[in-house]
Amino acid sequence: MLEIKNLHARIAEDGTEIIRGLNLTVKPGEVAAIMGPNGSGKSTLSYILSGRDDYEVTEGDILYNGESILDLDPAERAAKGIFLAFQYPVEIPGVATMQFLKVAMNEQRKARGEDELKTPDFMRLVKDAAAKLQINTDMLKRPLNVGFSGGEKKRAEILQMALLEPSLCILDETDSGLDIDALKIVADGVNALKSPDRATIVITHYQRLLDYIVPDTVHVLYKGQIIKSGDKELALELEANGYADIIGEAA
Amino acid sequence: MNIQTTNRLTAAESALIEAYNAQLGDLPGDGDVLVARDRLLDELKKAGLPTRRIESWHYTDLRNLLRAVPAAQAAPTLDLLAPVVAGSDVLPVLQGVASAARAPEGVTLRRFAESLLDGSAAASLTATGEDDAIGRINGSFVRDGFALTIADNAELERPLEIQAQHGAGQVHTRFPVTFGTHSKATVIERHASASADGALVSTISELTLNDGAEVTWIVLQQQGAADSHLGQMRINLGANARLRLFVINAGGKLVRQELRVEVTGEGADLTLRGVNLLGGDTHTDVTLVLGHNVPHTASTEIIRNVIFDRARGVFQGMIRVAQAAQKTDARMACNTLLLSDEADFSVKPELEIFADDVLCGHGATVADIDRNHLYYMLSRGIPQNKARAMLVYAFVAEIVEELEDEVLVEALESIISAWLEKHA
Repeated sequence: MLEIKNLHARIAEDGTEIIRGLNLTVKPGEVAAIMGPNGSGKSTLSYILSGRDDYEVTEGDILYNGESILDLDPAERAAKGIFLAFQYPVEIPGVATMQFLKVAMNEQRKARGEDELKTPDFMRLVKDAAAKLQINTDMLKRPLNVGFSGGEKKRAEILQMALLEPSLCILDETDSGLDIDALKIVADGVNALKSPDRATIVITHYQRLLDYIVPDTVHVLYKGQIIKSGDKELALELEANGYADIIGEAA
Repeated sequence: MNIQTTNRLTAAESALIEAYNAQLGDLPGDGDVLVARDRLLDELKKAGLPTRRIESWHYTDLRNLLRAVPAAQAAPTLDLLAPVVAGSDVLPVLQGVASAARAPEGVTLRRFAESLLDGSAAASLTATGEDDAIGRINGSFVRDGFALTIADNAELERPLEIQAQHGAGQVHTRFPVTFGTHSKATVIERHASASADGALVSTISELTLNDGAEVTWIVLQQQGAADSHLGQMRINLGANARLRLFVINAGGKLVRQELRVEVTGEGADLTLRGVNLLGGDTHTDVTLVLGHNVPHTASTEIIRNVIFDRARGVFQGMIRVAQAAQKTDARMACNTLLLSDEADFSVKPELEIFADDVLCGHGATVADIDRNHLYYMLSRGIPQNKARAMLVYAFVAEIVEELEDEVLVEALESIISAWLEKHA
C-alpha cells in the first residue's frame, strides 16, 4: 500500500535536512508503529506523507498504491484516502465543526466522482460515529477544535477519520495528552477501523499506546532513517532498554 | 500689495457650490434652516474639502479622492427591495426622499423634510468641528429622511428597516432617532444603489438612547461601484443604555463612515462591530470618535477587514476617557486579512485617557490566511479555493454571529457570502 524509497527531505525555508534516506513498506491491513527519540523526524515524516508544503523532497519517492504522490497537494492526497490525525489539531475560529465535516466529506466524494451526501444521511453518520467515541454532540456545534480539551481534540480527529474512511491512517502522537480512559476510547476508535484493506501508521514515543493498538511491525526512526525494524517485541525491548542500544548498534 | 495664496477649487468643490446655487429656493427649510445651510456651505467654501493635512482625514484625502460630484437628478423608478430580515417594517427613502410609511406601534414617525420646513431641524444643521466635512455637506443639502421616536418602554417586535435606495445623482438624508427609556429595538439602516452610474450620498443618523434603552443598529452599506458614500452617526448613550452597533461595508467606490459616540450616562455600554468587505479599486474609511465621559461605562470595538484587489481601507479609532470617567472599560481591536499584494489597510488607534482607574486597550493585526488553518483544511480533502473561501468567510462571520439573533445572523451572513462569491 505504501512504499517509501530512499526518501530525503528538508525544511523548505532553511534547507535543514530531516529525512535522510528513509525506506519503509506498509502492506494493506498492517499496523506499523514508528518509534524514535525526540527530533528523529517522526512528525516530519507524517507531514511529508500528508503533503505539507513546508517540506521539500529532494530525493527518493513515496508510492501509494503503486503511484507516486509527490506531485499531489494535501487535498488530493486526502481524496485518495490518506489521513493524518494530528498531534496538535488546529483551532479554526468561525468554522463550525459540522459544516467542516460536511464539506470535507463531500469534497472528497466529489473528487472521487461520487454523489454528495444528503443532509439527513450526513447527520446520521456523524451521530453514530460520535456516539462510538463518546463525543457529546454539543461539542460539534462549536467552531472547529475551538475550546476543545486536549482529549476532545484527539477524539475529534478520530471522529474525522471514522467519517472520511481513509485507506491509510497516520496517527501522530495520538496518545500525547490523553489520560488512560481517553486513550482507551481513542484506541477502540482506531481498532474499530481496522480492515484488511486499510493500513495504519502509529507514530509514538511510548509503548503505552501500543498496548491498545497492537502493531504488526515496529520501526525505529533515528536521524531521518529507519535504523531497525521488528515485530511488537521490539517496542517492548525499547520500553525496557531505551533507544541507546539500538542507536549504538546502528552507528 | 498683498500676496494671497488661494486654493483653486477642485472640480468637486465647484460642483458642490454650483449645485447649491442651482437648488437654492428649492431646498426645503424655513428662514433659520436657510441661514444654517448658507453658513455650512460658506464654511465648506472657505475650508474646502479636507485634505491629508487635516489629521482626521490623513488617510482619506477627500479633496483628492472625491474627483467629481454628479448633478442632482430626479429619482428613477425604484422598486422596494425585499427587507434584509423578512417581516421587517420598511421605511423607504427613494433618491433621498422619504416615502409614505406607516409607523409600527410604539414608534412616532415624521418626515425630516417637515422638520426642515417648520425650522425645528435648524439647530441640528451643524458641523461638529472644524474637520466635519460630512456635517457641512449634509447640512447644506439635506432634503429629507425620517425622524423617529421610540416610546418609553416600547419593545419593537420586528426590526425596522430604513431602506435608502437611489440611482445616479445626489442624495442627502438625515435620520434623527430617539429611543425612549427602557425601549428595545432593532434597526437596519440600509443604503443601496440601483444604478451603475455614480451618486454622491451624504447621510447622518442621530441616535439618542435614553436611560436603559437597548438598541441593535445595523448600518448596511451596499452602494454601487461608482458611488461616494459619506456617512455619519452622532450617538448619545444615556445611563444604562446598551447599543450594539454593526457597520457592514460591502460596496461603494469612496466610503467614509464616521461614528461619533458620546457616552454620557453611567452604566452605558457600547458594542461596536465592523465588517469591511473591500475589493476592486475602492477606498473605505471607518472613523470612530468615542468619548467616555462618566464613570462606569464600557465599550468594545472589533473591526474585521477583508481586502482584495487594489482596495484601500482605513480604520481610525479614537477613544477619549474624561477625567471623571473612572472605571471605564474599553477594548478595541482591528483585524485585517490582506488578500492581495496591491491591497492596503491603515489602522490608527488613539487612546486619550485622563482618568487613572480605567481598563483600556487596543490591538491590531494584519495577516494573510493562516497557513496552519489552510493546511489543516487541505489535509481533510478540502481543495485550496474552497478552503480559502471558508476561512475568509469565517473571519468575518465570527463577528456577525455575536448578534445571536438567528434570523438576523443568517440574513447578514448570506449578504457576506454573496459578496465574497462575487469578489473572491
